[in-house]
Amino acid sequence: MSDAAPAVAVDGLVMRYGDKVAVDELSLTVDRGTITAVLGPNGAGKTTTLETCEGYRRPQRGTVRVLGLDPVAQRKDLLPRIGVMLQGSGAWSGVRAMEMLRHVARLHAHPMDVDLLAERLGLGECGRTPYRRLSGGQQQRLGLAMALVGRPEIVFVDEPTAGMDPQSRRTTWELLGELRDAGVTVVLTTHYMDEAERLADRIHIIDHGRLIASGSPVQLTRGGTVATIRLVVSRPFPPGAPDSLRAALGEAIEVTLLDEVSLLVTGPADATTLAKVSGWCEAQGVLPESLTLGQRNLEDVFLELTGRELQP
Amino acid sequence: MSTTSPTPTTDWTPRPGGAPWLSQVRAQASMEARLMLRNGEQLLLAVVIPVIVLVGAVKGADRVDLELTGRAIDVFTPGVLALAVMSTAFTSLAIATGFERRYGVLKRLGTSPLPRSGLLAGKVGALVAVEALQVAVISAVALAMGWDPAGGVGAVLGALLAVLLGTAAFAALGLFLAGSLRAEATLAAANLVYLLLMAGGAVVLPASAYGSFGDVVQWLPSGALGGAMRDALVDGVLAPVALLTLAGWAVVGTVLTARTFKWE
Repeated sequence: MSDAAPAVAVDGLVMRYGDKVAVDELSLTVDRGTITAVLGPNGAGKTTTLETCEGYRRPQRGTVRVLGLDPVAQRKDLLPRIGVMLQGSGAWSGVRAMEMLRHVARLHAHPMDVDLLAERLGLGECGRTPYRRLSGGQQQRLGLAMALVGRPEIVFVDEPTAGMDPQSRRTTWELLGELRDAGVTVVLTTHYMDEAERLADRIHIIDHGRLIASGSPVQLTRGGTVATIRLVVSRPFPPGAPDSLRAALGEAIEVTLLDEVSLLVTGPADATTLAKVSGWCEAQGVLPESLTLGQRNLEDVFLELTGRELQP
Repeated sequence: MSTTSPTPTTDWTPRPGGAPWLSQVRAQASMEARLMLRNGEQLLLAVVIPVIVLVGAVKGADRVDLELTGRAIDVFTPGVLALAVMSTAFTSLAIATGFERRYGVLKRLGTSPLPRSGLLAGKVGALVAVEALQVAVISAVALAMGWDPAGGVGAVLGALLAVLLGTAAFAALGLFLAGSLRAEATLAAANLVYLLLMAGGAVVLPASAYGSFGDVVQWLPSGALGGAMRDALVDGVLAPVALLTLAGWAVVGTVLTARTFKWE
């Protein structure tokens, strides 16, 4: 039954462009009525995965189902039920903003009130402006309006807040939250951790086309009791440093070497742990340059999983 | 995004569904027709150039004493109507579609409820609407200049079939061009082909005016369309060979387009 099916089910998806593997055995599920973020650095395979869900690309291997339907073979049944916001553009250069929105509304059976929608998205003032003269942020907001105007069950938004000013970003977040509360499934790609952390019920982190972690923001950052200690030293660590520190701290605590002069300690960052870290430094004869305490965030998670920064 | 007023409540409850096919086609057709007529260059191509050609050809024929089978206005008007069809169905359509690919409009519409059949039907609807306008303007100018077209069933049916098959043939070829070249290359090629066919394609001048070359150009879509229009509106008869030639070009263009068209 398609109604019991998850919003999105990707299973063993492989997509290649020539020699380059864009998506590598990716499997993930999006539950209905959630905001699910697909998080990853540029080139991780986010857009390719999304475009496969939208029926633009046929899976080279594996299967993709959206609302239980095959996005390629059952395109006709699926398209009216989804809303898509593309990365950039998608309108005639000479079309006026509201004219474009009205046009997309006319293709649907029960469109939203376009004037209300435009007001909500701050498009009121640029309604008569030709598309090519809209600012990047206005084009993004019009793109979002076009994705929503048909009252879809599920919306795919690709980097929705790229190019938006901070206020538009917050309004967009608020709006996506309202959509979820009304029962709309929101699938978004982003490389902003704060966006994913604030907005998403569930996060799939992908890198090099592979799923490397999934969970709620809280699960991924393991709640408020977990914190991090970043240790930066003046000279490179002696060989085997992470292991000896790990031994000194005990099992509940993870030690990740970030580079030759800094490492990340993840676990309950209490006074005992802190004392042990500085005791270890003394025993190893290394001089701490800085010792920073912090809440573990998605950026740390990503760094630990991939050894790379999320945003270049 | 207003800062002062409290956030209005919006009902986002899903209620998906596509509009009926015919409403979608109507929306798409009116959108495309409006965009076509809004564009200055396209309007020039659609109406102004044909009218200039008509007036220029009639005045010029009086001076250089071209050997025509009838009055200049009666011979040239059907050809200018054919030119107008060519400008819209081929050049305007190719350029518009080329830029739709470039700007991601086709990609965007690809995730809307509008199916490809609806997109195509919408384009045809827009072409027909613009052509109706062109025919009205050109006919009015021609009648004012003393045009006396043939009447009767043969004339009306012949002209309608010629416009219909000519539109199909040129639209299919225009889409082939737009779907395989980059937008800028499409723009250049569509205009170049238009100019070449206008000058040497037996659209406005009958194929017989090209001497022995006329045996070749009458098989071009331009020559076939011009010939069919002249047979209908000068002699009041159907031109089976020319109409079949147009149908043949329509099939060739459609096959080429279906095989090569790239949506992005």
